Amino acid sequence: MVNGKMTALGGRAGLKPGETQLRKAFGDALLELAQANPRVVVLDGDLGNSTGSHTVRQAFPERFFNMGIAEANLVGVGAGFAACGYLPFITSFPSFLFCNAFDQIRLSIAVSGLKAVLVGSHSGLSTGREGPSPMSIEDFALAGGLPSLSILVPCDAASMRRAVFAAAEYPGPVYIRSSREPLPHVYDVDAPFTIGVANRVREGCDVTIIACGIMVPVSLDAAAMLAGEGIEARVLDMHTLRPLDTEAITKAAIETGAIVTAEEHLLQGGMGANVARIVTTTHPVPMRTVGIQDRYAGSASPFELMEDLGLTPDDVAAATREAVAAKR
Amino acid sequence: MPDLHELGDLTRRMRYDVLDMTGKWGGHPSSCFSAVEIVTALFFGGILRYRPDDPWWPERDRFILSKGHAAPLLYSVLVRAGYAPVEDLQRFRQRGSGLHGHPIQGTFPGVEMTSGSLGQGLSFGLGQVLAGRLSSLDYRVFVLMGDGECEEGQVWEAAMAAAHYRADRLIAIVDHNKYQQTGPISREMSLAPLANKWREFGWNVAEADGHDLGAVIAALRGMAPTPNPSPEHRGGEPRPSVLIAHTIKGKGVSFMEADYTFHGRPLAPEQDVRARAEIARGDEW
Repeated sequence: MVNGKMTALGGRAGLKPGETQLRKAFGDALLELAQANPRVVVLDGDLGNSTGSHTVRQAFPERFFNMGIAEANLVGVGAGFAACGYLPFITSFPSFLFCNAFDQIRLSIAVSGLKAVLVGSHSGLSTGREGPSPMSIEDFALAGGLPSLSILVPCDAASMRRAVFAAAEYPGPVYIRSSREPLPHVYDVDAPFTIGVANRVREGCDVTIIACGIMVPVSLDAAAMLAGEGIEARVLDMHTLRPLDTEAITKAAIETGAIVTAEEHLLQGGMGANVARIVTTTHPVPMRTVGIQDRYAGSASPFELMEDLGLTPDDVAAATREAVAAKR
Repeated sequence: MPDLHELGDLTRRMRYDVLDMTGKWGGHPSSCFSAVEIVTALFFGGILRYRPDDPWWPERDRFILSKGHAAPLLYSVLVRAGYAPVEDLQRFRQRGSGLHGHPIQGTFPGVEMTSGSLGQGLSFGLGQVLAGRLSSLDYRVFVLMGDGECEEGQVWEAAMAAAHYRADRLIAIVDHNKYQQTGPISREMSLAPLANKWREFGWNVAEADGHDLGAVIAALRGMAPTPNPSPEHRGGEPRPSVLIAHTIKGKGVSFMEADYTFHGRPLAPEQDVRARAEIARGDEW
């Protein structure tokens, strides 16, 4: 991090800075999908200009429904659309969506096995100075607590676009975690994106860093730092948290002998806990988990908060050194 | 108007069904009994358009049981309407059967929605109405709710949104039996003035004796838009409608009517015998 500036992210790894906000990439992809698929409808919780979904409001007003500031009804109406063969994209912030409408997501969507796509923008710490109220550092745990709900965490604009299309094709309900920030290009123009299949974005044989979302560029920065010390880290973009790529995780354990996870989420109930569940079963190796330690954040810029909460490349590098040391 | 005497026979049969199911495997008999005439009116009074041999016919009217604890009544009316053999009721709450303790969408023919956490049916029904509008289908969606259920905030979120979207093909029916689990609604969490609340939210409101089949049928006919005429031809602003059906919890069995603690309590064997005898004599309602 240089002066807490966004542009520093991914710099060490040589990533091209992102110019497109993730939410904008989402809005563009959603519009593209809506043009191609007349069954797509958008149900919005009065945040369409924040989440990016207003692209559809402008192009297809008859398929865009602002359900107001009432998330329980928002999700229920979406489920009703799904039951009639439509493909609802339900857009809000994850904190509002999962905290206000968890019961409706559970019963009307997950238990029912209805196909809907939930999209939470401004996830993680990206609301920054707004403070902890609208932040979502619990959404992996909440979404993860609902059997069958797939969880997608794109790490840049290209993977966001692919995530939207992959979510539309997926047979079950999906949650896509979006964000306010432009993120550096982990991928060039297009990204490989198969739900449930992690992308190996850096080769390495000493340790594997498994990351999602913004922590992918953070981990690539960490890996670049570690390379200077003679530690070659493999980096996996674990863009799907459910179904989790058991094969890639097991392979990483076998081939690199140590695993570090990195997520912009509480450690409790997050990705690391689920990776550990697999590692301990298939091929136990030393592990370290980078994430938020059982606390809420303050009000500051997202990058200041990442420093406060231990989510910088330095933090990931330190955890990785520990994991490598534990191998011996 | 259908033959009310025949429908009366059906209501007795469905009460027996409910006793058969809940007596063996548990459930909420008194919450079923308050709504027997309502579902009879819907399914057999010429209100709902449905095809038991094609349960997911896209143009069907939807019936949503939002008060999911009345599941035995839903299964009963579905088998009596021909969706499945009557013997299927014996699979209620049984391992591997689709007749879940509370309804799960798609697991039994005619079960449109998963319910069992109160307050969710009206939103779901609104989504179906808006979907029908987008698909140019003229089906209606009837949502049966409990009165205690109206304490849920989501009900009023949905009420607000349905009026906003002029969802005149959405018809709510409140089974107003005046009791919730722990006691009289007026004592536990007052809903009054219930009709005015709906009215102020922009709904057409009608009230009827929920055990008078003729009255329920007439009220539903009056409020449900008939197939096809566009809203502007029916005059006035299109609004969703609600029928507040005044009912009696445990209706048909005197000792259940007199004791709200039967809410989640099936009858003991000797009570079951008395209940059936009373239901058999139920003509004078």
